[in-house]
Amino acid sequence: MAHAHALTHDDVMRPPAGREPGSGVYNEKLGMWVFLGSEVMFFTSLIGAYIILRFGHPEKWAPPGEVLNVPVTAVNTFLLICSSVTMVKAFASAQDGNQRALRSWLLATVLIGASFVGVQVYEYAELVHKGFVPSEGLYGSTFFTMTGFHGFHVTVGVLCMMFVTWRAFQGKYTATDHRGVEVIGLYWHFVDLVWIILFTIVYLI
Amino acid sequence: MASTAAVVHEPALEHAHADDRPFIRKYIFSTDHKIIGIQFLLMSLFFLLIGGMLAMVIRWQLGFPGRAMPGGGVLPETMAPGGIVLPEFYNSLVTMHGTFMVFFAIMPLLVGVFGNYLIPLKIGAPDMAFPRINMASFWIAVPAGLIMLAGFFVEGGHAAAGWTGYAPLSANPELTGVSLGQQLWCVSLIILGLSSIMGSFNYITTIINMRAPGMIWFRLPLSIWALFITAILVLLAMPILSGALIMLLFDQTLGTHFFLPAQGGQPLLWQHLFWFFGHPEVYILILPAMGMVSDIIANGSRKPIFGYTSMVLAIIAIGALGWGVWGHHMFMSGMNPTLGTGFMISTLLISVPSAIKTFNWMGTMWGGNIRFHVPMLHAVAFVSMFVIGGLSGVFMATTPVDIYIHDTYFIVAHLHYVLFGGSLFAIFAAVTFWYPKMFGRLMNPLWGKVHFWLTFIFFNAVFFPMHGLGAQGHMRRIYDPTEYEFLAPLQGVNRMITISAFLLFTAQIIFLVNFIAGWFKGAKAGPNPWQDNGLEWATPSPPPHGNFPVTPHVYRGPYEFSSPLAVDDDYLPQSRKLETDREPAVLPAGD
Amino acid sequence: MSWLLPPHASSYAADIDWLYYLILIITGIAFLVVQIGLVWFIIKYRARPNGKALYTHGFAKAEWIWTSVTAVVVVVIGLLSAGVWDRIKGRDSIPPGAIPIGIHGKQFEWHISYPGADGQLGTGDDLSIRNQLHLPLNKPVVATLTSEDAIHSFFIPAFRIKQDAVPGMTIRVWFQPTDTGTFELACAELCGLGHYRMRAVVTVHAEAEYQRWLDERGRAAAASPTALLQR
Ligand code: HEM
Ligand SMILES: [Cu+2]
Ligand SMILES: [Cu+2]
Repeated sequence: MAHAHALTHDDVMRPPAGREPGSGVYNEKLGMWVFLGSEVMFFTSLIGAYIILRFGHPEKWAPPGEVLNVPVTAVNTFLLICSSVTMVKAFASAQDGNQRALRSWLLATVLIGASFVGVQVYEYAELVHKGFVPSEGLYGSTFFTMTGFHGFHVTVGVLCMMFVTWRAFQGKYTATDHRGVEVIGLYWHFVDLVWIILFTIVYLI
Repeated sequence: MASTAAVVHEPALEHAHADDRPFIRKYIFSTDHKIIGIQFLLMSLFFLLIGGMLAMVIRWQLGFPGRAMPGGGVLPETMAPGGIVLPEFYNSLVTMHGTFMVFFAIMPLLVGVFGNYLIPLKIGAPDMAFPRINMASFWIAVPAGLIMLAGFFVEGGHAAAGWTGYAPLSANPELTGVSLGQQLWCVSLIILGLSSIMGSFNYITTIINMRAPGMIWFRLPLSIWALFITAILVLLAMPILSGALIMLLFDQTLGTHFFLPAQGGQPLLWQHLFWFFGHPEVYILILPAMGMVSDIIANGSRKPIFGYTSMVLAIIAIGALGWGVWGHHMFMSGMNPTLGTGFMISTLLISVPSAIKTFNWMGTMWGGNIRFHVPMLHAVAFVSMFVIGGLSGVFMATTPVDIYIHDTYFIVAHLHYVLFGGSLFAIFAAVTFWYPKMFGRLMNPLWGKVHFWLTFIFFNAVFFPMHGLGAQGHMRRIYDPTEYEFLAPLQGVNRMITISAFLLFTAQIIFLVNFIAGWFKGAKAGPNPWQDNGLEWATPSPPPHGNFPVTPHVYRGPYEFSSPLAVDDDYLPQSRKLETDREPAVLPAGD
Repeated sequence: MSWLLPPHASSYAADIDWLYYLILIITGIAFLVVQIGLVWFIIKYRARPNGKALYTHGFAKAEWIWTSVTAVVVVVIGLLSAGVWDRIKGRDSIPPGAIPIGIHGKQFEWHISYPGADGQLGTGDDLSIRNQLHLPLNKPVVATLTSEDAIHSFFIPAFRIKQDAVPGMTIRVWFQPTDTGTFELACAELCGLGHYRMRAVVTVHAEAEYQRWLDERGRAAAASPTALLQR
């Protein structure tokens, strides 16, 4: 609210007029930031429930590493962080107007994102095979719900990213206008950040 | 009435965009915020009707327990054999009445209809920031509503754990015999949440980024301020409900244990999540009403709103403090009593901004030159009724008194004074006020007044005595009050309430007919039938696609009624340029 | 039927009723101020031909006054209430020596257990009865609330006491009957199909009579195998 400066009641109700620059950020980007606020609250509800349930019955959780395969997931976490890096690279290439680099980095991000989901599916299959399922106490309930919804978010992100990549191959993103790349990037970094939190509290603690 | 004089001052209005979109893009899958607003209006009025019909069945059973309902024979055996309501059906009725009214009637009426219709028009924008997401938000709400309706027809009946869905009753099908119905209830609300979230970030972006030149924050109409804060509340509160509903749905279907105590799950966790969403939700259900009532009271009183800045600050304060009071729904739940004291204090404090607003509305009327058009009647009734709901809130916020009145008809009285007396009266005010803008025609004022008085009288006849029932300890959500000796003497009151409720419902037919008839037969409205200052009145009724032939410039606040600067009229539109007005700096279109 | 509360029969009910009436008076005044003000304005300031409204954007002073008056009034109500709440529901509010009673909610009945000769619950000699709560006069009683299935809410209107019974939790709540006679115990939280008839009878006896009743029922229970099953 840039306009709040020293406006007393009387001068705002009458002229002189101010200038209406909005937030100075284009709609799509602002919209994504606002939407991510909503996403924060969504994960807050899941993580909040997890914390309350776990404090209520700490004994219902196995020690880290006993049920979950931490090394595999650590590698997966590393993959996701790498995909954030490739995303940054893609955005930088778009800013430079370097189409080839943009396409390659986007493609890399899609591939790494998809492999993250692939590894997660593998992890789930292994766990279910071992008999660790969502109905397996509070541990199973919270584990599958939290990681599942994160995985769902990654999947949606990969799909959107594929769309952006397709558009990049059509040359839709220029050095001056590459909003799609920036907006999907925001979402991607957010999903990555959520995973780092989830990995810490679900796998490591 | 229509002031042609006003039009002359505005940029050429006649040259509306030619609109040659095909019918289906124009009226069905439209991206025009005005059409989407009207679509939401029709949808939510339909659900209002459904919710009202459910209430009639509830009232019949309470007034005449165990007697066959006239016309009840059409209901299936599983609900009301021979027209006699079954207890399990009664629980579904109570649940679905609350659910439909809160989520499918009042919330979309306020946020979906008026958020959509008013925001771009009142800030001088051609449309929403994301018109296609806006369209999707409506077309996602429709299947949510259909799924919710479908629950009535599935095996086991509809959800029966109350609109608050308290676990474990909602989480464990064995406790109610309802499984699919309760799951549909979750699924529908999750989908609806998605729709609301899509709407809200659209509104927020639009209000921040798309205000016309000169429409600085402190010139926004209070309706827009209220919708802005409401959108933030929706954005941040709905995902909490979605998260909780997902966990509940998993408890029902995947065998998880979030809210089921057998394996260490916590029933109170559901209540905390639900009310952490739920209290902001009740403000979602009142803030837009307060905002629109402010616009209408200033218009009716022909006076600037009293204390604009404190009105804005009160809206912001309500929106912010609303996050810290959820525990007042849980005083009796077994929550730590010390927390209860904290929630009592925060709840009592949140009544302060409500009081500020009430006194400011009165201050606006004081010294006015009040025109009692139909919207104004409803707006004044809003103030009068909302006060009763706010004051009864003080009883319930007070923990020792809440011990006695929690989960009684006192609560039912409170929530109807705020939601019917408050929100719904504001909705009647807003619909009648902006109807001419939406449809280019006026609703019949005489029938409007008849509808108003009948509604006002019977509303109070229905809900005022409920305070008394609550004071006698009458529990809510009970199928047959005559089971209790101490409630038996109250049966006369229950019957009187039921009869009044039927009359109240009947009176709504007048509104419905007036609404439909006005569409075809109403008097032509002209651009500015109420002689108002808002930007929406400076464009034709209904406004063309793109809203404003020329982007309006804003020179002043929205409430300059009776300004000495307005020489011939007692109003001064926001976009009318006086000689003394400086041109606002204009930012180029796009980003 | 009115805004007046029905007769009460427990030690702290008078405190609750007093607060209720205090708030009734305060909100009653606010109610009258607003409603009379509205009607007065409606009549006095109705549109007149050539009438002109006062052009003002408000008076900061008036706003400060009504804001601070409201704030002070609600804070005072809060402070007065906090003490009463703490006496009734506070963590340390249970009077020492209160008679323990077990109250177990189950769709759709109340299972009430009374301690045996040792005066303690859960020691194997408890007496369990369905839907009948017997209490001695003027003795503090502490009920331990539990639930089998859904959430129920233990509500005795005449005692002005209500407390949810939540499955998975053990919640203690106390009260002290001050009148002999029978009262009703209701379930106040929707708990399913039969919620509306989840009713029990509360009988308050003079102390000696209560003891006699307890002994009698205890002997009867010991003699009858079906009653034993209810333990
Ligand atoms: C003036 C401020 C208000 C105060 C102090 C207040 C206080 C309360 C309290 C303490 C309760 C819980 C009572 C109980 O269950 O024992 C409650 C319930 C409720 N309030 Fe308010 N309230 C206020 C305004 C509103 C508004 C503006 C709305 C909606 C537009 C609203 C809607 C509701 C609803 C729907 C319930 C019942 C929820 C249920 O089904 O259990 N309240 N209020
Ligand atoms: Cu609340
Ligand atoms: Cu019950």
